[in-house]
Amino acid sequence: MLNKKDRVRSLWVTLLGLGVLMLAIFAADSLGMIDNYIRGIFIQCCFAIVMATSLNLVMGYLGQIALGQAGFMAVGAYTSALVTKAIGLAIKAGTMAPLPLLVQFIIGMLCGAIAAALFGLIVGIPALRLRGDYLAIITLGFGEIIRVVIQNLPFAGGKGLSNGQAGQALIGILKMNDIYILFVITAMCVGIMLAFVRSKFGRAIIAIREDDIASSSTGLNTTFYKVLTFTVSAFFAGIAGAIYAHRGLGTLQHSDFTFLKSTEYVIMVVVGGMGSMTGSVLTAILLSVIPEVLRAFSQYRMLIYSVILVLMMIFRPIGLFGNYEFSLYQLLMKRIRKKKPEPEQTASKGDS
Amino acid sequence: MPETILKANQLGISFGGLKAVRNFDIDIKEGELVGLIGPNGAGKTTVFNLLTGVYKPTEGTFYLGKQLMNGKKTHEIVASGIARTFQNIRLFKKMTVMENVLIAFTKDMHYGLPGAILRSAAFWKEEEEIRAKALDLLSVFNLQGKADWGAGNLPYGQQRKLEIARALATNAKMLLLDEPAAGMNPTETAELLECINTIRRKFNISILLIEHDMSLVMNICERIVVIDYGEIIAQGLPEEISHNPKVIAAYLGE
Repeated sequence: MLNKKDRVRSLWVTLLGLGVLMLAIFAADSLGMIDNYIRGIFIQCCFAIVMATSLNLVMGYLGQIALGQAGFMAVGAYTSALVTKAIGLAIKAGTMAPLPLLVQFIIGMLCGAIAAALFGLIVGIPALRLRGDYLAIITLGFGEIIRVVIQNLPFAGGKGLSNGQAGQALIGILKMNDIYILFVITAMCVGIMLAFVRSKFGRAIIAIREDDIASSSTGLNTTFYKVLTFTVSAFFAGIAGAIYAHRGLGTLQHSDFTFLKSTEYVIMVVVGGMGSMTGSVLTAILLSVIPEVLRAFSQYRMLIYSVILVLMMIFRPIGLFGNYEFSLYQLLMKRIRKKKPEPEQTASKGDS
Repeated sequence: MPETILKANQLGISFGGLKAVRNFDIDIKEGELVGLIGPNGAGKTTVFNLLTGVYKPTEGTFYLGKQLMNGKKTHEIVASGIARTFQNIRLFKKMTVMENVLIAFTKDMHYGLPGAILRSAAFWKEEEEIRAKALDLLSVFNLQGKADWGAGNLPYGQQRKLEIARALATNAKMLLLDEPAAGMNPTETAELLECINTIRRKFNISILLIEHDMSLVMNICERIVVIDYGEIIAQGLPEEISHNPKVIAAYLGE
């Protein structure tokens, strides 16, 4: 466990590292290396990272299997899209002072996130009474319910419940595909989730994962912490949804949020390591980029994923990273200390 | 006359037609150490589960001080001041020794989500305070040097101690120990005995202890309650109990 001084330093080092990364992106951009195709993949990485890390809160840290994360993403996507559309229309009609695109997007994103969190709360309160397989089934059900409802909502592109063909795309959505803004938003989301995990809240939910009965006998209100985590997770899934909705295509379809989508994120979390944010981030990037590189095999994607998952379960059930967290600061400190070796620390997990 | 800490009146629970515990009366004074013994399946752990809110009593009432505890949830009961350990050790095995103790302080921490995310001054203050408190507590059990160990890697005897430390960290007035000496060798039991004595001196806490190791029970308990088939069959001083024909019959058969 590091003390405050180290932690604050670590934060600055991490921010510096992110700054360098952003400069690298800027350099690549100004050299003309980032075309629309790369931009698309970059954005895909952004919302995949936020989705995977948000799901990791529930699956990795709280230890509950949730298969309906795409449902919360859909809520965030549609809410934010409808909000930015409404703002856009109001500005056009002159009933609202013109706002910069970024502000419109942020307002939409926060509305989407809050709506998703609300759904997380509504689903979480009854669902978290169940455990294991039952929770997995009920979250899967809720995820599909959300999607089917959206499919039929007239204002979300559907034609209503009794009115023939349902499920048209929602069109004319604001475009917000500035990679720098998305980079900052993604980094902030991951940072906030890390801060959440490394506070009394994170400690409590890991304890609940380890032993439910012992946690309540130690004074933890387990229901509160479970629902809280579920809600926070849904909040960030909502943000990922907002990024997805505004990714620059201007359209949104209910079929983007099927069960398969949820499974994709589950795979990212499991392969990356349940309880490792580093793992989730890297696997999210990997599993977003690989299908693009191997475009020719794209129809086999789910097949490959399944094989990866099975192999993972056999050879490394804790995931690629287990619960290891990468810390730039600790890496640097190790390099510096190498000259004068210090006694090995026995901490069982990485921390920054 | 010391004050009553824990009082149960005619406490009982039925599972369907089975009365697992009935007419359970107990009165534990401040600083007292009471033993709860009985043959296997007598309902000792069920009593603990009733007193900690794992089961809701179907009959009777129990009080901590003057507070009625019936129907409260486990975490609320812990917050009022009853803490326990488990027959089969229940530590958070993948967390460090320190973190195991820190969890017990969570209920008294005040910073909220914004404080945690923005790393407010209150966050750092509270986090550092509880670390200092946890280290103090660990040093009572001679575990301070292993604060960074994974709890699951501790030797058995120390896991027991850590569980007691965690229970004490909840700032309890009443400590329920469920077979703390189970599976220990004589040396470890002797160490545990000393440990329990230290706790009583340091924390002025009342203890209710389930135990099968008679030497331990006879040695340290001031009063013993014996139950069989869910009912109290005898209570009194250790010598009285060891000569009570009913108790001997329950343990050895007639």
